Amino acid sequence: MAEYCNTLSKNEQENKKKYIPLVLIPLAVAVYVFLEQGVNFFVDHVINLEKGRHLTEAIRFFLYDTPKVLILLTVIVFVVGIIRSYFSAEKTRKALEGKPLFVGNIMAACLGIVTPFCSCSAIPLFIGFVESGIPLGVTFSFLVAAPMINEVALVLLFGLFGWKTALLYASTGLLIAIFSGWVIGRLKVERFVEEWVYEIKSGDFQMVEQKITFNDRIQTGYTAVVDIVSKVWIYIVAGIAVGAVIHGYVPENFMASLMGKGAWWSVPLAVAIGVPLYSNAAGFIPILQALLGKGAALGTALAFMMSTIGLSLPEMIILKKVMKLPLIIVFVSVVATGIMIVGFLFNWVY
Amino acid sequence: MKIEILGVGCAKCHKLEELVREVVKKEGVSADISKVEDFKKIMAYGVMTTPALVVDGEVKVAGKIPSSEDIKKLLGIK
Repeated sequence: MAEYCNTLSKNEQENKKKYIPLVLIPLAVAVYVFLEQGVNFFVDHVINLEKGRHLTEAIRFFLYDTPKVLILLTVIVFVVGIIRSYFSAEKTRKALEGKPLFVGNIMAACLGIVTPFCSCSAIPLFIGFVESGIPLGVTFSFLVAAPMINEVALVLLFGLFGWKTALLYASTGLLIAIFSGWVIGRLKVERFVEEWVYEIKSGDFQMVEQKITFNDRIQTGYTAVVDIVSKVWIYIVAGIAVGAVIHGYVPENFMASLMGKGAWWSVPLAVAIGVPLYSNAAGFIPILQALLGKGAALGTALAFMMSTIGLSLPEMIILKKVMKLPLIIVFVSVVATGIMIVGFLFNWVY
Repeated sequence: MKIEILGVGCAKCHKLEELVREVVKKEGVSADISKVEDFKKIMAYGVMTTPALVVDGEVKVAGKIPSSEDIKKLLGIK
């Protein structure tokens, strides 16, 4: 995921830390498994609310979904942090060098998911890729996949929508990244990259490869949890709270006319609103999930999600430093078209 | 000692600069600390992920914030 950087540290005293997950992960699984019964018991017997009332069901929904999603998030972010410690932007660049267009696009999109890098590194990364001769189209596959398919979005989709939707999102997101990059590669847009990018002569970067022990990787996992969970938990709680209110109080089929299957224009509209909007997935996925229960169509919801996470105005402004306007426009329109196709497809299939 | 922090102004880059200044002050070493924000200069070091720490022209860390302990080691302070 793009937003977060990891920290590795070599503190011998932290050695013991590697045993903590051995205790905490089974504990998290146990809480996760018994959560539903626990919450039901609490709502029905401890605070003794009347079953079926709007308020009761809203409270039940909130009490169940918030801990569920937060536990999932902590565990997954920890594991992903460890996985990411095996990858780096430099290694990814090396792997992509000299790869032909289509194969390169597939690799770049996949590596985009696991390579750790901050969104603030997007420019040096772009220059680094271009400079080492990686085709522009392949570079774009990386830049599309990196923000779009991230662990926070996947955890929320898995926790609130189920594994099918999460898998659907990840696989279609990957396809969009691969094909957008491939299309951009075919369009021969190299002349729309700022000239100074091509003039940069990158130094031979020979960072002494530090020996990374497994302890360090565990530490990376911890850092990822602290970094990410501390940033997004508040949005998740707020999103689920709003979702709970929607679940309890908004009438059935309320969204059918606005975001339903029948309204074909809702997909392009969702993308048009989603592209300039910059929001993390954490806050609005729970809200979308609630709207889905009120007649919104899955394809429309997915399209909105992808365009919000995958494309954003701040990102475009950063990229404007190295790309001329026509290239930005091509980039946005190709990716937005891909997202709309996915949206229509799902509204049609389901 | 010449210390350069490479980064274009994200939160992580500021954090690294703060940490380095802290360590240098605490250890009482004399060092010339500067922030490099120009892409051309950053790329000249071959760095693709910021923040990065450069000591006397040599890239020590890129793409992450090392702990104060690690910074001490990277600066060669025992």
